[in-house]
Amino acid sequence: MSDDAKKKMTPYTIPIGPTHPALKEPVMFTFEMNGEQILKADFAPGQTHRGIEWMGMRRNPVQIVHLTDRICGICGVSHSLAFARAVEQIMEIEVPERADYIRAIIAEFERIQSHLLWAGVAAHELGFDTLLHLTWRVRERAMDTIELLTGNRVNYGIIQVGGVRRDFTPDLYPAIEECLQYYSDLKSTLLKVFLEDKTIHMRCRDCGVLTYEDALKLCTVGPTARASGVNMDVRVDYPFAAYGDLAIEPILPDAHMGETRGDVFDRIVVRLLEVEQSIDIVRQCLDRMPAGEIVWEAKVAKILNQFKKAHGEALGRHEAPRGEVLHYVRMDGKEHPTAWKVKASSYSNLMSWIPMLEGEQIADIPIIVASVDPCLSCTDRVAVVRNGDRGVMTKEDLHRLSVAKTRRLMA
Amino acid sequence: MTLLETGLTVIVGTVAMAIFGIVAGLFFLGVDRKFAALMQARIGPPLRQPFIDTAKLLRKENIIPENAIPWLFNGAPILALASAITILLYLPFGSIMPIFGNAGDVILVMYLLTVPALAMVVGGFASGSPYATVGAQREMVILMAYELPLAIAIVAIAWRLSMAGIADPFSLVTIAANPIWGVVGPLGILGCLILLGILAWVTPAELSRIPFDAQEAETELAGGLLVEYSGKNFGLFYIAQGVKTIVMAALAVALFLPWNLSSFIAMAPAVALVADFAFFLVKVLLVVFFSISLIRVSMARFRITQVVSIYWIWLGLVGFLGLGLIAIDALLAGV
Repeated sequence: MSDDAKKKMTPYTIPIGPTHPALKEPVMFTFEMNGEQILKADFAPGQTHRGIEWMGMRRNPVQIVHLTDRICGICGVSHSLAFARAVEQIMEIEVPERADYIRAIIAEFERIQSHLLWAGVAAHELGFDTLLHLTWRVRERAMDTIELLTGNRVNYGIIQVGGVRRDFTPDLYPAIEECLQYYSDLKSTLLKVFLEDKTIHMRCRDCGVLTYEDALKLCTVGPTARASGVNMDVRVDYPFAAYGDLAIEPILPDAHMGETRGDVFDRIVVRLLEVEQSIDIVRQCLDRMPAGEIVWEAKVAKILNQFKKAHGEALGRHEAPRGEVLHYVRMDGKEHPTAWKVKASSYSNLMSWIPMLEGEQIADIPIIVASVDPCLSCTDRVAVVRNGDRGVMTKEDLHRLSVAKTRRLMA
Repeated sequence: MTLLETGLTVIVGTVAMAIFGIVAGLFFLGVDRKFAALMQARIGPPLRQPFIDTAKLLRKENIIPENAIPWLFNGAPILALASAITILLYLPFGSIMPIFGNAGDVILVMYLLTVPALAMVVGGFASGSPYATVGAQREMVILMAYELPLAIAIVAIAWRLSMAGIADPFSLVTIAANPIWGVVGPLGILGCLILLGILAWVTPAELSRIPFDAQEAETELAGGLLVEYSGKNFGLFYIAQGVKTIVMAALAVALFLPWNLSSFIAMAPAVALVADFAFFLVKVLLVVFFSISLIRVSMARFRITQVVSIYWIWLGLVGFLGLGLIAIDALLAGV
């Protein structure tokens, strides 16, 4: 056998992506395979860059809040909330307490629908379409309630800089409670169909393991980190909105399963239990919700005027369904921000794919990739395409470019 | 009968069987989709959807990938369909006896069952895509995996019939004419129930359905060995899938549910033929529901390694248990 032919035999390469039925959003995977086993995994994000930050830099924060709704289709309120909080910190705005509670309630409803959506996707990746149809059907209830509360199913548009744009009238409370009751009743069924199913157990237990050390080392966030036993949750660690007033404990898999293995199964456990936790949080919010204003300043013209006086920078953080989402904003006395940087939760989680995937089988790729609940259109912030070539900017490249720019500015 | 008459019967019979196999096959694919949809609380496509799909596919262009081997790539779907139709000629349908009933037995059918699968493997390897190659490798593995339990089920029944002193026990005509349930005692009935279960679990692998569809695995391999197929070629594979469904169901019916209405109720021969045939279709419907639709909606897809251990270890052991029960039954019967 010639060397050339040998090279072709093993290991062989399987490309998955940028579009593939296993992926709900574009990302390019390259796997070096030995038979069915993955020897090496590599991936290249950056396929869904849309230039949202660029658009934002030409708009004022009131407009940007609605742009942030559209960064992600599933966690719309997470981005708006993180961005609004960054701007509010720069401008030292005190958000009315009622608005904080409304924000928390919507954020938790979003978590319910997002986790159920994920559970359905996970079932589909395993070839269990019945469960996909079941979970997506029950998810509709959360979507309907969100629509009732905000007027929209997907891009809620409820957050405003300094508050929220819609109040919950008392006649909405029974509908909210009915929805919560629906999910409380459903909880045991959901846990049963996912956790007691033999085939799900066979496919997910000890599959795609992320150790506690790796989870810490790779700065994993959200349910992915918690499933590996990392006790972290922005809602608890750095309370914001109404979360400081509420009793919340990060959900860890050993509370339900008795042990933490950091596998796909544990990620299912964490997300399903978080649905239950969210129901509880919404109930707590409804109990404590004070009356009062819902916005710091109702007149948009006045808010815009205030932006021109704002100087400084701030970080806005929120525990999105997928983990911590972070918005960095800098304002320099203009109506639009000088800098705006979005770091979605998936950005922190993607690197954990590599230790999860290596050594597993082809059959596990879809469920492992889905298990971090990747949201790539949130994540993809930069793509460099020049003369038809697309490359990755290294640290050196970026440093060289910034030195060049500083020189240009100094001249 | 003269040679000419025999020849004519065979030709007319084959064409009739092919038409029946294709039409009924596509119909039962639709039935399966409807069953699955109802169990998943969906409305589902209309029953005629597979016919619409096939008509559309057959009108579309074949796209042959650059690194494919064209003659193998184009030949595989024809071979798959032709071999699937060939098996129909050896199977009884109600009181319609197989055209080649005297020329081949159940062992031949078992061998023929591998041909459509092998055609798909050839097509997969010939399409020059890594997904199809992985799919084809998996199909080979699955083919070897389910052969053991399938062989146990078939051989056990034929062996028990021969122990009961029935001549020519491997002929499907004989098997269909002597329902196994009437031959065996209580232990044997238990053994036969186990073997019926085995056959129900082999059927999804034979038809590459969830949970044993690793070779096509939509979310993993994007269709696996069929990934490069489109248009007419894919249409032929789709039709072959329907015919294979009928084949597997007819085999299960012949082995385990061979009763005819006409043997219980007296009726005119022409009426009996139609009634038995209708009854046969009902039995096919049962098989499709229990061994295809019900299984595929109630579980997730297995990994290929799990498929092999399930068939070789678990179903193999259970199959031997069934075989053992039937053997003890034969000894107790004093034959």
